[in-house]
Amino acid sequence: MTSTPLRRFFDYAVLSVLAFVFVLPVLYLVLGSFKPSDQVLSGLTGFLPTHMSFDNYRAVLNSFDSDATGYFWRFMGISLLVATVVVLGNLIVNSMAAYGLTRLRWRGQRAVFTLVLLLMLVPFEAVAVPLFYMLNDQRNTVYIQAVPFIANAFSIYQFATFFRAIPPSIEEAARIDGAGPWRTFFAIIVPMSKPVFASVAILTFLTQWGAFLWPVLMVSDPSVRPLPLEMSVFQGRMPVDWGQVLAFGVLLVLPVLIVFAFFQRWFVQGVASSAVKG
Amino acid sequence: MTTVNPAPATPDRRKPSPPPPSAKPVRPRRANRDWVHGLLMSAPALGGLIAFVAVPFVYAVVLSFYNVRLGSPLPPRFFGIEQYRRIFTDPDMSGPFLRALLNNLTFAVVVVPLQTGLALALAILLNRKLKAIGVFRSLFFLPVVFPMALVAVIWRLILARSGDGLLNSALHAVSFGNWGAFDWLGDGLTAMASIIVLSVWQGVGFQMVILLAGLQQIPGELYEAAQLDRASRWQQFRNVTLPGIRGTLVFVAMLTSVLSFRVFDQVYVLVHGGGLDEDATRTVMYQAVTTAFDQNNIGQASAITVVFFLIVVVLTLIQRRVVRSGNED
Repeated sequence: MTSTPLRRFFDYAVLSVLAFVFVLPVLYLVLGSFKPSDQVLSGLTGFLPTHMSFDNYRAVLNSFDSDATGYFWRFMGISLLVATVVVLGNLIVNSMAAYGLTRLRWRGQRAVFTLVLLLMLVPFEAVAVPLFYMLNDQRNTVYIQAVPFIANAFSIYQFATFFRAIPPSIEEAARIDGAGPWRTFFAIIVPMSKPVFASVAILTFLTQWGAFLWPVLMVSDPSVRPLPLEMSVFQGRMPVDWGQVLAFGVLLVLPVLIVFAFFQRWFVQGVASSAVKG
Repeated sequence: MTTVNPAPATPDRRKPSPPPPSAKPVRPRRANRDWVHGLLMSAPALGGLIAFVAVPFVYAVVLSFYNVRLGSPLPPRFFGIEQYRRIFTDPDMSGPFLRALLNNLTFAVVVVPLQTGLALALAILLNRKLKAIGVFRSLFFLPVVFPMALVAVIWRLILARSGDGLLNSALHAVSFGNWGAFDWLGDGLTAMASIIVLSVWQGVGFQMVILLAGLQQIPGELYEAAQLDRASRWQQFRNVTLPGIRGTLVFVAMLTSVLSFRVFDQVYVLVHGGGLDEDATRTVMYQAVTTAFDQNNIGQASAITVVFFLIVVVLTLIQRRVVRSGNED
């Protein structure tokens, strides 16, 4: 599209105004996290960067210091551990399944793959209540927060879409050289499929980091509580210490922001490509 | 498929003629063992999907026909369709669920066009070759990475009922002091609107990115041709852009409608501490969770879950049909 300087100026103006309005809540969060609590909820002056200090962060990291309240680094550790297990487990288990289901020929393979596609229709919300009932004796453990999310039909579908586009000749060559399916997969297919591994990893991490419904049902003990659930508990404690709540919020979003900053391209590509093809 | 050459990967036993010697020697053996490896490779994921999706899903249907509670000394009692009768037609017990259904429907009916439209507008604005356009894209995408629990907390402050709430004081300033404190979250009339606004803010970047990818697949020559024909910007939008992303647009709209029936986090957080009007904002999932967890009524919660699933399936089937017919044009 050809554009005149005036037109371009107009575009920038519209975009800037929109972006500013859009970013205001984030700005408010970050500024408030550095301000004393009585200065946060104080009308438009909440945006003025006055009385800035790290006190809230210090307080958040230190004030969670008993078994009754839990420890901040413990929440963070639980969240990191669960997210890591889910992401790594997902990558290994689902990529293998996608390969076995699309690139190896065996009887019933098509039927099984169709079953996986059907299971893609079932959102986690549709099984949360029966799972809560079935796994009730496992409440307040760490592993139960991760294990149900490792196998993922949508991830299998994403991997399968990618693997299908790999020309068969590449595998044939490896096979003729005597490599079995496992070696072909790990030594040939995996290294050339970095884009799909990256986008599945990022999408899984993003979803898992914010996971809320399952912890609400399964976790009540502060010692195994993940960050988003503690965010909800913390903001509901009266009277609310807004400065600390916001500092907690910044610490909650920081890991995913860091991942986003480094892998932004994959984020956007992963989200977009999986959706457009679907 | 009747092509003989090149040979398919599975050996065809009915064919009497011997296969060409060049390609075959490795294949039969390999194909025979492939099923073991294929099954072994898929087993962990399939096991997980069966244990944590298929079985509980079937179990939800079964439980919905029972009166079952956690930790109850009584064994589950067969209830027939009593749970469904209770949530749909029982005058004493159906209230909260029907309200949740209505709320959720309202949410979907407003959010789907609003969010899709806004996402399309943003995507078109961002589909330019301008300097620093990447920065703008990131800014609009930013809220997507925010956990919903945090988003709810931020908006709890913005919509706070005191005169010091951000929205209240902004309105106070622009109305020259005529605007008093208003309880956006606690008032039955604005509670759902508040949930809608914060949900759209968090989610629109996601739809925007998908639509942007769709827009970038439209060949630039089409716009050049349209410009040669002196088509106005609006005409270009109507006759080039819209037909070019019709499939993506339908997909995004349907995806948004499925997502809007899964709403739970923000309502839960804001009810537990934010002073959100519970009755005006309870959603189907919120109702399922409170029925299971707070009322310890697993049977009824399962019935709600089954209804939830049926809604999602119907929406997905409509999506498939519309997208497919769109692609055939």
